[in-house]
Amino acid sequence: MSTPGGDLDFTTLTLTDVTRSFGRRRALNRVSLHARAGETIALLGPNGAGKSTLLSIIATLLAPTSGEVRYGPHEGLRAGAALRARLGLLGHDLYIYPELSPAENLRFFAKVYGVEDVERCIADALDHAGLSHRRDDPVSGFSRGMRQRLALERALLHAPRLALLDEPFTGLDDAATHALRQRLATLRNSGCIVLITTHDLETIEGIVDRAMVLRNGVAVELPVGAGSLRQRYRASLTPLSSSR
Amino acid sequence: MTFVRTIWLITRKDLLIEARSKEILFTTLFFAVSSVLVFAFGFVREGRAVEDAAAGILWIAIAFSGTLALGRAFERERQSETLRALMIAPIPRPALYLGKLLGIVLLLAAVEAIIVPLVSLMFQAPLFTHAWLTLGLLAAGTIGFAAVGTLFAAMLVRARSRDVLLPVLLYPITIPVIIAGVRGTSALLQAEVDLPMARLWLSMLVFFDVVFVTLALWTFEPVMTE
Repeated sequence: MSTPGGDLDFTTLTLTDVTRSFGRRRALNRVSLHARAGETIALLGPNGAGKSTLLSIIATLLAPTSGEVRYGPHEGLRAGAALRARLGLLGHDLYIYPELSPAENLRFFAKVYGVEDVERCIADALDHAGLSHRRDDPVSGFSRGMRQRLALERALLHAPRLALLDEPFTGLDDAATHALRQRLATLRNSGCIVLITTHDLETIEGIVDRAMVLRNGVAVELPVGAGSLRQRYRASLTPLSSSR
Repeated sequence: MTFVRTIWLITRKDLLIEARSKEILFTTLFFAVSSVLVFAFGFVREGRAVEDAAAGILWIAIAFSGTLALGRAFERERQSETLRALMIAPIPRPALYLGKLLGIVLLLAAVEAIIVPLVSLMFQAPLFTHAWLTLGLLAAGTIGFAAVGTLFAAMLVRARSRDVLLPVLLYPITIPVIIAGVRGTSALLQAEVDLPMARLWLSMLVFFDVVFVTLALWTFEPVMTE
């Protein structure tokens, strides 16, 4: 696949003391993180903890107030279009045009990303999303789950090195959830760095390599140990709850 | 992907969405035609139009309906946050701006294709006598107005009171464009056509276009990054 803006690749993602303030409110406070190719990391935390802000910063949509984000040897905002070509973002909003059909949405983004063999790529993406039979229907008539599946394929259409998935399981039924888990395993095997935010901890159990918990903008690594992901997550929140 | 191809990709996508929904075209056209008809009731007495009214009314209809189109064009990108998807895409941000600008200019051109003959008919304004100059004034004026409008509409896309703020910011900045458009068109509509004056105002409009588009291309990326 040709990379618009030149061939830029990286195998690590490193955040060093990333802080982001909105006015007087500090959404992220000295967040550090290191991820390697093929790692899947969960970003957990209560609502408003700063998960989406962190994903926006990593996606180069927001500049950190202080601190640094490095993609291998490259600095985020300076690397520009060539770096953005290696990022895939699934937001809480789905980033798809409801007036267009799935095929039209995918064709537009495939061309924007300079994907080669666009039609084959669209056919594969629609197959993954289970939407081949609805390829020419307007997305406005789709259920939330169908839109979510399409949005995920849109985010992964150009085989990104770094996939940022904000609540990817929202609205998915059991079959689609199972398919997404398999898709995430495929991404891991292909060397993609995956960052997932979710509250659906049982679903990601076993498919994430490690988890970070964000609380009031501060990130701590969820300790590896006995118990399920949910139990460990609850245990990590207990000190905050008891101090209230 | 080339810069020009990216511009066309963005414009084509906007036109395809508009062809499906026809939302902006119909609302803008309805508003523009209504404005012209209301003015016609006020300024045409016993079949005779008030002198010099046609040019002003034509440009007011373009400016007001243009504001409507600008707001809706970016509201569409906000609803599913597709603007964020475009911002993260590996395309030059100036190409994104120019793609949106071209889409709005083409949409306004379609509206003008209806309201120019309508103004000509209702106000007995000989807008087609010097068709090329009229076309030049309309094209340059529309580009100048839309150049500023596209930048402001993109900047305000996340502002809560964007519908109020857009005209408040847009009209003061685009007053030179509207004045040049009105004076240039008036020069073509008066009893003794003043071609040198019309050409002078056309040159002014082209100058404004160059300044506005250059400033917008320069500022679009920084204002959209946050």
